Amino acid sequence: MFAALSNPAILLASEEGGGGVEFPPINLIVKWPAAFGEGTFYGFNKIALISMIAMIVPVILFLIAGRKASVVPRGIQNVMEVSVDFIEKQVVLPAIGKDGMRYLPMLMSMFFFIWIGNLFEIIPTSHMPANARMANPIMLAMVAWVMFIGVGVKHHGLKYFKDALFPPGVPKALYLLVTPIEFLSTFLIRPFSLAVRLFANMLAGHILLVTFSVLTITLFGAGILAIAGVLSFGMLVAFTAFEFMVAFLQAFIFSLLTAVYIGGALHPAH
Amino acid sequence: MSAITNAAATVLAQAEVVEQTADEAKSISAASGAGMAYGLAAIGPGIGIGYLVGQAVQAMARQPESAGQVQTTMFLGIAFTEALALIGFVVFILLKFV
Repeated sequence: MFAALSNPAILLASEEGGGGVEFPPINLIVKWPAAFGEGTFYGFNKIALISMIAMIVPVILFLIAGRKASVVPRGIQNVMEVSVDFIEKQVVLPAIGKDGMRYLPMLMSMFFFIWIGNLFEIIPTSHMPANARMANPIMLAMVAWVMFIGVGVKHHGLKYFKDALFPPGVPKALYLLVTPIEFLSTFLIRPFSLAVRLFANMLAGHILLVTFSVLTITLFGAGILAIAGVLSFGMLVAFTAFEFMVAFLQAFIFSLLTAVYIGGALHPAH
Repeated sequence: MSAITNAAATVLAQAEVVEQTADEAKSISAASGAGMAYGLAAIGPGIGIGYLVGQAVQAMARQPESAGQVQTTMFLGIAFTEALALIGFVVFILLKFV
């Protein structure tokens, strides 16, 4: 007994399960059972609920903000106007330009859906980002994909594909090399990397928070090692703050990249 | 008769043990491969993002009035560079857990 207390590593290792820290399997932390309709197309689980909330909350916020719109904004109207201003100044104008203002509502809703979905990563009792499952990011990336191809076809017709696949100003013989690369990077890798970026960032953050939570709980139950648990808890708090920033940054980058792609389709001569 | 069944049972049990160790060996090699994949995938983007942000800070220090534009471009560059590390992370998840 005394030997075990003086050497906490033995204490930690002598717990059931072979000892050490017992990490939950990946399915336990990202898969949620459905509340109803398990296995059918209307199966409704935690991710679906969070996605619904992420969809409805911005709608309600903007409705409240716009209901009693005054010239001098106050309260919630002020907050929402700041957010519109942010998307306009940081996303639309640098990436597309003045004529991109008509895509502002789409980028706005994209930003809010992703951001609120991500924020559930650090909201207590939820602790699950909706975008840590591939379904949400891949849908959003497909929306962006259809959008930028649609914009290109609408404004330049089939010449858009010609410009995208055979960029002007390249020697004829090089098209043998350039065209497959352009096809891959523009039409396949773009949506894929857009989806994977969001998905992997949120999943990595989620696993990071789970890891430090498990570590903190294990260390606090391990006698004298609780002192190290304080450090682990500090890291958990710091990473929660970091994930708060990442949630915002990923929503911003996703809408910014969508805007850049739309801008590239709108002005292909860039 | 019973000796034969016993021998068969022993052989079966041994086969099971061999199978289990094969599974374990596979999972061990998958785990080390996963760690290797992510470790290697993190090197390039690490250098890249460090260089990128350093240059962006330099640009912002030289021309503070263009800080907003530099920042937006910096985030774009980080997003493109980071994608490689994230693909490495996805490979890690696929190797380790799937």
